[in-house]
Amino acid sequence: MFYREAGDFKTSYREDSQTFPIKFDRLRYYVVLAIAFGIVPLFINDYWANAVAVPFLIYAIAAIGLNILVGYAGQVSLGTGGFMAVGAYAVYKLMTAFPEVSIFIHVILAGGITAAVGVLFGLPSLRIKGFYLAVATLAAQFFLVWLFNKVPWFYNYSASGQINAPERTMFGVFVTGAQTSAMAKYMFCLVMLTIVALIARNLTRGTVGRKWMAIRDMDIAAEIIGVNPLTTKLSAFAVSSFFIGIAGALFFAVYLGAAEVGEAFGIQKSFLILFMVIIGGLGSIFGSFAGAAFLVLLPVFLKNVLVGTLGWPTDLAAHIELMIVGGLIVTFLIAEPHGLAQLWRVAKEKLRLWPFPH
Amino acid sequence: MPDIVLYAAEVTLNGLMAGVLYALVALGFVLIFKASGIFNYAQGVLALFAALTLVGIQKGQVPFAHLINAMTGKHYTNFPWEVPALVAILLTVGVMVVLAIIIEKVVLKHLVNQAPIILFMATIGMAYFLEGFGDVMWGSDIKTLDVGLPQGINETIDSVTYNMFGYGFFIDNLDIVAAIVAVLLVAALTVFSQYSKQGRALRAVADDHQAALSVGISLRFIWILVWSIAGFVALVAGIMWGSKSGVQFSLSLIALKALPVLMLGGFTSIPGAIVGGLIIGVGEKLFELLIGAPFLGGATENWFAYVLALVFLVFRPQGLFGEKIIERV
Repeated sequence: MFYREAGDFKTSYREDSQTFPIKFDRLRYYVVLAIAFGIVPLFINDYWANAVAVPFLIYAIAAIGLNILVGYAGQVSLGTGGFMAVGAYAVYKLMTAFPEVSIFIHVILAGGITAAVGVLFGLPSLRIKGFYLAVATLAAQFFLVWLFNKVPWFYNYSASGQINAPERTMFGVFVTGAQTSAMAKYMFCLVMLTIVALIARNLTRGTVGRKWMAIRDMDIAAEIIGVNPLTTKLSAFAVSSFFIGIAGALFFAVYLGAAEVGEAFGIQKSFLILFMVIIGGLGSIFGSFAGAAFLVLLPVFLKNVLVGTLGWPTDLAAHIELMIVGGLIVTFLIAEPHGLAQLWRVAKEKLRLWPFPH
Repeated sequence: MPDIVLYAAEVTLNGLMAGVLYALVALGFVLIFKASGIFNYAQGVLALFAALTLVGIQKGQVPFAHLINAMTGKHYTNFPWEVPALVAILLTVGVMVVLAIIIEKVVLKHLVNQAPIILFMATIGMAYFLEGFGDVMWGSDIKTLDVGLPQGINETIDSVTYNMFGYGFFIDNLDIVAAIVAVLLVAALTVFSQYSKQGRALRAVADDHQAALSVGISLRFIWILVWSIAGFVALVAGIMWGSKSGVQFSLSLIALKALPVLMLGGFTSIPGAIVGGLIIGVGEKLFELLIGAPFLGGATENWFAYVLALVFLVFRPQGLFGEKIIERV
């Protein structure tokens, strides 16, 4: 009843090819945007921004990036942490080398640099497939982390080997550094996420996205019908790494402020983001959001319950949290292998018929 | 002989020994991948869990002591006994078999016919769970594992090489034991899979699931069997690594060391796991000695194996001994 295509007539090509062709979707999208831009910033405080909102926004960007590669183009990658590190170190070098340029441009440029690195590490995907490729991308993960650890030029020869985000402003408001307000962090990441999500949504609906999906479904068959595997696979790696690089840049510059590469961008990060994509739903932009939200909120929730309410020691709580997260992932995969996005699809089917059963 | 050659020879020998240990972990992967097509990321955590359980049983720890203490406010730590090493090992094997049954019943049974990536993710979920579970059950402090294996420098090799070259090779006794155990293990596995009824069923399943089902082989039994064997291999690997560097979280990271070994050797080949392990063990040690430490600032062992495997795969996508990948539309 609420969600239906019937009666939603399009009178121009423009209307027919808009981002959200169905009225309910469009409404929902505007409502979400209005809440995210208009209402949340009024109430956000440091705790909510640092524990929930900012990590969610950044992980959502990374998850969208990885989803393009794994969900749409079918190339499993475990190198996400390494690519995020490229974004972080690129933005750090740019910020310190060109202090007068806007941070916004730096973040975009960092994404571009990561895209180039991503294409480089994507080259083997033309020969290697499936799990062999997944393990091969681990080479990127370990090599990049090692590189940023060992070559002092990347961290400007600082004694601790850490990188620290200098203070930068946009429109006179601090967006990086210690003086940044919760609202500025939130808004900066939100703007980035909105741009990324719009680009991703439209790319995946268009020619590029269809080529990716053709390669995912069967690459030899796709090649026979005229999809060029070289450009398609590498464009997937480039776009995916571009988004992941932006996420890495934001993660370091806005969220952490200071980072040590092995700790912030280790292999655990790669797995975390892959989980977000899988739990959210492969090949779904909405799924990336849902997965990121789920895996950001779950540890916060568990920590509050186990340590806050039950008063258990933190190390024990951390282990039980691992058990619960692991258990939930397995349960999830058994109950709904297509992720949260599939639940949403089922809900939409129900909405289409409601209140009539057939 | 010049010093660097002798030194390189020593490093090569040590690399071979390390490679044997990688191969031990890789072996568990290959067994499961062959029999069920599951890429089992949890193999490293299985080794950690097995080693934790072994130490716990041996030292007579109270399982879940930390949790019980947190809930009741009491202070349990140990039972008033210690279990002999051999009995403890047998008990741990029992625990691993029970674990295999639980994994099959709770997880794998429900995931039949899912895409490989979903199964892979499920094993990562299991890895998280087992890691937390092992820590809750036995505590997360670093433990020493001693089942009576010889440790320390092998005096015979040291003195023989000293007399021959004027430079004594440092080879750990434990590594020698590990190499012998690995050879025995591979021999036993080969005999098992070639000559026993279950072993044949196992190979039949590895060859073709449906055909195996149609001649009356129970897939579920085979899966339990193969996870039990993988658990046993994990226990052996856990004992070796645990005796070498203590039982702690980092033990589960040996899974990451085993992955390039698998790529190099091929996911489906047991000899491949061994040869791949040896190549990587020697390769990364020599690279670190000759190029990594002098020119690149060291710690190249973290990524060398992966890059080697990556370059290798570009020329031979199925690994050294993997089955040739044939693709059809």
